[in-house]
Amino acid sequence: MSTRVAVALRVRVDPVACEAYGYCAELLPERVTLDEWGYPVVDGTAVGADLVELATRSAAECPRRAFLVEEAGRTR
Amino acid sequence: MSAVVTTSTSEAVWYMIRATGIMALILLTLTTVLGLLSAARVRTRRWPAFAQVDLHKRATLLALVFLALHVAGAVLDSYVHVGLLSVIVPFTSAYQPFWTGLGAVAVDLLAAVAISSALRQRIAPDLWRRLHWLAYGCWPFAMAHALGTGTDAGQLWMDAIAAVCVVAVLCALTWRIGYHRTTAAESDRLGASTRAVPVRHRPAVAGPGRHAGHPSPQARHHPPTGRTDASTPRTSTQLLERDPR
Amino acid sequence: MTTSTLPRVERLLHSGPGGPTDPGLAGHVALHGSLAVPARHDPAWSEALLAEVAAAGLTGRGGGGFPAAAKWEALRRGGRRPVVVVNAMEGEPASAKDRALLAWSPHLVLDGAELVAALSGARSVVVCVADDRDASARAVRMAAAERSAAGTVREVTVQQPPARYVTGEESALVNWLSSGDARPVLRVDKSVPLRLGRRPVLVHNAETFAQVALIARHGATWFRGAGTGDAPGSTLVTVSGAVCTPGVVEVGLGTPVDEVVRRCGPTGPVSGYLVGGYGGAWLAPEQASTPLAPAPLARAGATLGVGIIVALPADSCGIAETARITRWMAGESAGQCGPCVYGLPAIADDLELLAGGRADPGAVGRIDERARSIVARGACRHPDGVARMVRSALAVFASDAAAHAAGRPCAGRHAPSVLAFPTSPALVGEAS
Repeated sequence: MSTRVAVALRVRVDPVACEAYGYCAELLPERVTLDEWGYPVVDGTAVGADLVELATRSAAECPRRAFLVEEAGRTR
Repeated sequence: MSAVVTTSTSEAVWYMIRATGIMALILLTLTTVLGLLSAARVRTRRWPAFAQVDLHKRATLLALVFLALHVAGAVLDSYVHVGLLSVIVPFTSAYQPFWTGLGAVAVDLLAAVAISSALRQRIAPDLWRRLHWLAYGCWPFAMAHALGTGTDAGQLWMDAIAAVCVVAVLCALTWRIGYHRTTAAESDRLGASTRAVPVRHRPAVAGPGRHAGHPSPQARHHPPTGRTDASTPRTSTQLLERDPR
Repeated sequence: MTTSTLPRVERLLHSGPGGPTDPGLAGHVALHGSLAVPARHDPAWSEALLAEVAAAGLTGRGGGGFPAAAKWEALRRGGRRPVVVVNAMEGEPASAKDRALLAWSPHLVLDGAELVAALSGARSVVVCVADDRDASARAVRMAAAERSAAGTVREVTVQQPPARYVTGEESALVNWLSSGDARPVLRVDKSVPLRLGRRPVLVHNAETFAQVALIARHGATWFRGAGTGDAPGSTLVTVSGAVCTPGVVEVGLGTPVDEVVRRCGPTGPVSGYLVGGYGGAWLAPEQASTPLAPAPLARAGATLGVGIIVALPADSCGIAETARITRWMAGESAGQCGPCVYGLPAIADDLELLAGGRADPGAVGRIDERARSIVARGACRHPDGVARMVRSALAVFASDAAAHAAGRPCAGRHAPSVLAFPTSPALVGEAS
């Protein structure tokens, strides 16, 4: 019998790796918008179950692997 | 009696080889054009980048299917002597070694790109990117192979298909190079190692945009020199020990 | 000429009854007394020193303001032998304190480095001085040679990274030491120490090490004899601008800004104070009595930074100076992160137009908006600092900005700048 613990997730961008491809903003507009130079502005609020799949796909699609999905508890 | 059957089977395979080859070429053209356009950040509301990339991947998969059939047919066909090894090792085929060899080169390049893309999440992003550059070689070799070996080369419909493919790729390539030049110019000017999206591709431009004033110093290109103060040197290392009375 | 009435604080810049003493080892020992540093790791001694520095409440003097002892505790939990790095890069053009300290008392700095090395088990100390500060490098090398002749066991080397603003940032400095690439590295978790190869690195500003050397001699209670309860100790401040004798002074933390400026002889009315550096913030003349300490400055929207005060003369133009700072800082971007490398020049463009009275009506709002949008979106705090400085300028020089925006720029924009803007060498060295 296993217990499922819900882990809060959030998304983050590695600013050095990011090359402004913008796939993340297209796939996850609920959390990512683009600034005037094409770079992502990320909303750090938790990603619910409804957005997890899109968030994971954004992370997979990013050509520079700059888009990251991680646990919300991590400190910056 | 059997000679007739063999001839018609052989002809069927022959047609199959040509047909699948042409389909693979068309799909390869499509995927190349999509790859170039998405790298050039050409996107619209109806055709966002992720959709282009998705189509790019699917077109490549489909191209690989047709390519597999094309290669299988060529190997199995008794009329042409293309050994299995010659599919991968260029210029070793008994039948038209040069033109078939070009096809083998395209297969090798495509295999490298496809395999690295399948393993994309497991390899370093930089390695994947550098291997993906081989994709630039796939289409030219495939096209040259098609025009060289193709029995249909010279026929109007085949020439038309080839012409459309070439024009499409050249247009997309021009777009891609233009994008590269614009972004490279601006990032060099600012000493940036990352490229901004050019104005025409930006989501919402706020204000006068870029470089309304004079250019920034190209600090990254200066050779190491001593620092020189550009204004009246008012800071000093004079230490105060007493009140300035 | 008004003079300061506050008691003099002379600890780092202590000179003894006869005036400035010889910065060599003999003079140093005569002035400060000798210091016994264990050659081998001594856990009891290490604990005692760590407790003393923690009790003293020493915070980093390099702009970060972290409790010094906290960095050491992270390394005490075993692991590889660390490397101690003295950060004397002083990338802020308006700062001269590290140069001053190395000229005045290099042995205090090296004492502190040796103490921290002994505490953490490090065997080597690397002193980083910018590649255009050869005098400082020479002073440190001479001091290191004297110490080695006198028998210290820990090796002290001097490295000279390229003189750029961001090279003094901790992660950029360590990056350069390990790879020759002087660009900052993204750090998600600041409590994880930086590494040189596999060794953890302990980086502190030169002044921080000097303060440690004094605490080791005189104790935490003595240290707390200057400064305030929340901000104990003394600090070095570089004062420039509208003063008769610009230079480096030592004051207790919590001294009001105008008191510090008074020490250097103000030459006349002031239209604002730039506090903390080019990545700091402006204070209005009405805020001149703000104590120079982290909490009061933060409440005023500013920061202590590396102890800098530039008093802007009333006949200079705050908008023009802000434009010059922003343009220079834009050029100092490492160029890795979009919002910084593209955002800063765009803000500088607008500020230059504003300074010249040629900006469109939306310019001020746009500058503010862009400054807000680039914060916390880079690998380091470079854009954050500039954004804070720019936004504070728009607040402090609000009426000025409005006049400029209406096409009535002040004459002060033609006054010569009171700030220094060094031209800079390549950021990424040949080695990378």
